[in-house]
Amino acid sequence: MVNVVEVEHVSKQFKIHHERHQSLKERLLHPRSGSIEVFEALKDVSFAVSAGETVGILGRNGSGKSTLLKTICGVLQPTSGEIRLRGSLAALLELGAGFQHELSGRDNVYLYGSMLGFSRKMVDAIFDDVVAFSELEHFIDTQVKFYSSGMYVRLAFAVAVNVNPDVLVVDEVLAVGDERFQAKCIDRIRVFQDEGRAILLVTHQADQVRAICDRAIVLQSGRMVADGPVADSLRVFRDYLLGEAVAPDAPEAPVALHIDAVTTPSGAFETRHGASLHLDVDVSAERAGAGYLVLEIFTRGGLLVSRTDSQASPVSLSPGSNRIGVELSDIPLLDGVYEMNVGIVDRPGGTVLAWREKAVTMQVVYEGRASGVIELAPLIRQ
Amino acid sequence: MRVVSARDPLGVRLRNLLGRRELLSSLIVSDIRIKYKGSALGLVWSMLSPALTLATYYMVFSVFLKNGIPNFVVYLFSGLVVWNMFQSAVNAATGVIVDRAGLVKKVSFPREILALSNVGASMIYFGIQLGVLVAFLAVIRHAPAWNFLWILPISFLALYLLTASIAIVMSAITVYLRDVRHLMEVVLQLWFWVSPVVYSYENSIAAALHRHGLANLYFLNPMTLIILTFQRIFYVSTTVRSTTSGLPLHILPTWPMSTYFYLNAGLLGGTAILFLIALSVFGRLEGNFESEL
Repeated sequence: MVNVVEVEHVSKQFKIHHERHQSLKERLLHPRSGSIEVFEALKDVSFAVSAGETVGILGRNGSGKSTLLKTICGVLQPTSGEIRLRGSLAALLELGAGFQHELSGRDNVYLYGSMLGFSRKMVDAIFDDVVAFSELEHFIDTQVKFYSSGMYVRLAFAVAVNVNPDVLVVDEVLAVGDERFQAKCIDRIRVFQDEGRAILLVTHQADQVRAICDRAIVLQSGRMVADGPVADSLRVFRDYLLGEAVAPDAPEAPVALHIDAVTTPSGAFETRHGASLHLDVDVSAERAGAGYLVLEIFTRGGLLVSRTDSQASPVSLSPGSNRIGVELSDIPLLDGVYEMNVGIVDRPGGTVLAWREKAVTMQVVYEGRASGVIELAPLIRQ
Repeated sequence: MRVVSARDPLGVRLRNLLGRRELLSSLIVSDIRIKYKGSALGLVWSMLSPALTLATYYMVFSVFLKNGIPNFVVYLFSGLVVWNMFQSAVNAATGVIVDRAGLVKKVSFPREILALSNVGASMIYFGIQLGVLVAFLAVIRHAPAWNFLWILPISFLALYLLTASIAIVMSAITVYLRDVRHLMEVVLQLWFWVSPVVYSYENSIAAALHRHGLANLYFLNPMTLIILTFQRIFYVSTTVRSTTSGLPLHILPTWPMSTYFYLNAGLLGGTAILFLIALSVFGRLEGNFESEL
């Protein structure tokens, strides 16, 4: 495979001025005042993206994700190291950053297109597709300043995906727009993948990475701590989330937990549609505490089928090993293989205390006629 | 294949810049459109301010102070056209990167293009003003120096490169020192008065400067030569008869055509080098834009 993006030993340092003397007078009066702190946003990051690959970039706030994307797009120059790009690149760092409020949607499509590096002729050719995708037919000649934020985002996204770049770089922009438009964007990204284009995606949503990406990179304070299959990287990402969340308030912190194993009495995670499945979750705890069990079920394709936390029934944990029994009854899933993540949180929607990615691979057998993920069993009346 | 590294060599910068001509023209067009959006007269406004300046200086110097220069409007006009282009471009470009910080921080393109788009917009206004000047000359039946006309493109190119160089450097410096914006307005005012736009160099200060051996210093101002060339081409006469005293007045240098050519060609070479220096200075300064904007 051809590498379309090669990031080699890239580091980026920012100078942070603690006392800013930006006026000429102040600079002259305080020639050496104010300390300058060097902040390392990226430390020796190297990776490559080949054509047709979709890579997710995960990291907490301030871990350097956006800096990395910006250097790849050429908005920032690395302090050292090099980035090589083959083919055209369209970046959505902030939707509509290049828009001029006073101009109409039409003029902005051309201006934005030329900012992304596409000629007027190329934009002419895709203009109708852009308008159709953004669903702004009636407003295309309205000044952009009268657009709602949703319309704004739709237009910007429509331009970036319709110019058909070889590399698409997306920075947390899929979170905006209504659900229907988000689904449309995801569909578009899938078309991109099928066409063998590369995508770099920064997101907070682990589901999105699981659903779209082939590979994920985890950044932790400017360092790349993981680069590999999505499941592995997500595990590392969660570990870091855990490590950081637990450490600061150690004495009060809920017990250090570890999910040792998830087993089932029969030994094989096989069940029939409508039947039940019993899971035993073995948890070792350092001290006594309480938490809530979280179950996430995914299809093989990464689609989240269900995520539940046992809100009504917290589990209490005693020091040493604990066994938590989970009964899944009347399973509505259809034929297929499902993957399950098991975790424990301190309160519903709270901090993750322990997590086991892909703890269970479950097979469901179904003999009916329905296809998909779950059975609806509609009653037909006439 | 494109390479993003710590600092691009000058050749790469120049090539990137040339590769984005289309962006430059869209930015120029959108600049002008935004400026006159919703105004009924549109581009006519771009003429009104220069017209008023022209009228004011004409009243002051020709009517009230009676400098005795015949056809003074033509003399003034041909110099002001040059000065307006320079001043409006440098003034607009000085703050352009600070003003468009949102764009600079989010979209990748050679940042010099922002300053160059201001120069480009000023060039359009320059073109319109030049058109008006030519029409005006036709109406009053004042023929330009046809034999000198071919020097005009050389002089104009030097003007463009000079303006672009200063605009590019100033746009980057303003990011670090915001005062430069206000400083530049003052500097430009001073610069205007050391350039022979509203007065004649030969007629008013040449003798005094020669006495003190400062004549060469005056010509260090690159605008002087460009303005003199435009005046030589459009005003034509180097020596005229004063309208007040009837005595002969030296208005413009009596250099032969070859001198005008060599000086302008030299200036063009100098400004081309200046432009390359401006690009590399900009390249050095742009690395830290992110933390300063």
